[in-house]
Amino acid sequence: MFRFITSRFLQSLLALYVVITATFFMVRFVPGGPFTAEKAVTPEILRNLEAHYGLNKPLYRQYLDYLGSLAHGDLGPSFKYPNRTVNEIIGDKVPVSAELGLLSLAIALVLGIGLGTLAAIRRNTWIDYVASSFGMTGISIPTFVVGPLLVLAFAIHLGWFNASGWYLPSDRVLPCLVLGIAYAAPISRLTRGGLLEVLHQDFIRTARAKGASEFRVITRHALRGGLLPVVSYLGPAIAGILTGSFVIETIFQIPGIGREFVNSAFNRDYTLVLGTVILYAALIMALNLLVDIAQAWMNPKVRLE
Amino acid sequence: MLSSSPTVPAAAVLEPIEKGNSLWHDAWLRLRKNRLAVFGMWALAIITVACLFGPLVMHYGYEDQNLDLGASPPSAAHWLGTDTLGRDLLVRLFYGGRVSLAVGLSATLVALSIGVVYGAIAGFFGGKLDAVMMRTVDIMYSLPFPIFVILLMVFFGRNIILLFVAIGAVEWLTMARIVRGQVQSIKKMEFIEAARSLGLGRRRIIFRHILPNVLGPIIVYTTLTIPGVMLLEAFLSFLGLGVQPPMSSWGVLIKDGAEKMEEFPWLLIFPGTIFSLTLFSLNFLGDGLRDALDVRSSKD
Repeated sequence: MFRFITSRFLQSLLALYVVITATFFMVRFVPGGPFTAEKAVTPEILRNLEAHYGLNKPLYRQYLDYLGSLAHGDLGPSFKYPNRTVNEIIGDKVPVSAELGLLSLAIALVLGIGLGTLAAIRRNTWIDYVASSFGMTGISIPTFVVGPLLVLAFAIHLGWFNASGWYLPSDRVLPCLVLGIAYAAPISRLTRGGLLEVLHQDFIRTARAKGASEFRVITRHALRGGLLPVVSYLGPAIAGILTGSFVIETIFQIPGIGREFVNSAFNRDYTLVLGTVILYAALIMALNLLVDIAQAWMNPKVRLE
Repeated sequence: MLSSSPTVPAAAVLEPIEKGNSLWHDAWLRLRKNRLAVFGMWALAIITVACLFGPLVMHYGYEDQNLDLGASPPSAAHWLGTDTLGRDLLVRLFYGGRVSLAVGLSATLVALSIGVVYGAIAGFFGGKLDAVMMRTVDIMYSLPFPIFVILLMVFFGRNIILLFVAIGAVEWLTMARIVRGQVQSIKKMEFIEAARSLGLGRRRIIFRHILPNVLGPIIVYTTLTIPGVMLLEAFLSFLGLGVQPPMSSWGVLIKDGAEKMEEFPWLLIFPGTIFSLTLFSLNFLGDGLRDALDVRSSKD
């Protein structure tokens, strides 16, 4: 188990390094710089700006400098927000996105596993059909359709919520529901499939024969094996919730890091782009690592490979 | 089959061969019994035909503006209403659909070609090569690809060819895994041994003997990749990074509609409905094909 974790960890580090390097050079090689859009910058000012941000040094030097400060956790100054560092901007915006992401993930897990379990236990009844249609609907209707439609219905027509913003607790309801439901749908399908495969196996019959209550059979015995497909889906789901927040934050005008990332790419704010990409990559890899470990812990077959 | 005794008359042995394709025929019969899949097929056929030929029979052009009319709700003259420039929404849906479907198909084709070749090579050769290739896929799975696609689209201009390639390059990973698993199990079978002993080259064995037998899973996952690809295109377009005006796609129409939904809700509702209906149909069809062709998850 220790070897398994170490090797996965080293792999993630390598992948993270590749991401950092690839993004660094991609950002530098693109046509147009952060200061080209600014109207009528005289050559002297441009030179001063470039000297200020170290852009006049040779590229390999810039790269090494960047890696050096990154090792100290310093992501450098922002090009577009004068006097602000990338660390500050990220520190400002991340808590908002983290709240959105975690609440959505919680909704996705509770709703998805709950519905999937119900559908599997009551297979081929109306409960199953309702849950399965929910699964298909959630997969097929994208967040950027559901989101505006819910705003139209519940915010504009019924007036229950604000159409946008992130101030009141009730402002959390619509965005988190939209993002959560999108991932509850595949999770409910995976739970149903996983449980159905487990439910007719011998150890379930043994548990029933011993007189365990149906509730105990499901929660203690069946779900542990039946949730394996859900656990392996968690990696992609978390990545999806992170990138999905770009759209959600745009629709609901939430001041999170997702909207900031898209803006920074438009603005060619190199350091901010790099900083957010590194943040996302590190986050996704760390969470994937956790998922791998959880999977190995739940399923000895994976561990031995 | 091979052990059939020589006393059986030749005609009896030949009969099943004459019927041929019975596997595909059976699958077709099973598919036809699946109501949701049939619904999906019909819906897709109608939507595709409408997008291809609809504009030819409409009275309005794609960019015909009627500024006096402005945004008007559905009426006898404009069945789905008009947008703020007085352009007919139905016609714009047809044209947007052409782009969305074209992106869906071509990017899926890119993903299909990369995934199948990559998976077949890894599965066929096995050993170290396979280990390295599949670890690479594992690592790539954990990369935040949509982020790279966003960066690509921002930095290198929002060019539709680049869009195909970028999306295709993201979506091939699952296909590679599935093909590799299938190839691995098929290459151990006797008919491959036979082909090898006949002296066929590796390339011929892979492409003529192994891949045709992996066709079922490939078809199923191709069908299921298309909605994923269309979703990614619409996602990018919604962020303003995908298809650019004057071209349009369903994603662009949804974005425009979402901006104006407060006053003109039909601008959001119709594009959203047609897009979701298409994704629905593709998912239903993919699920139906999976059952009909009896493709199980590669693990058991």
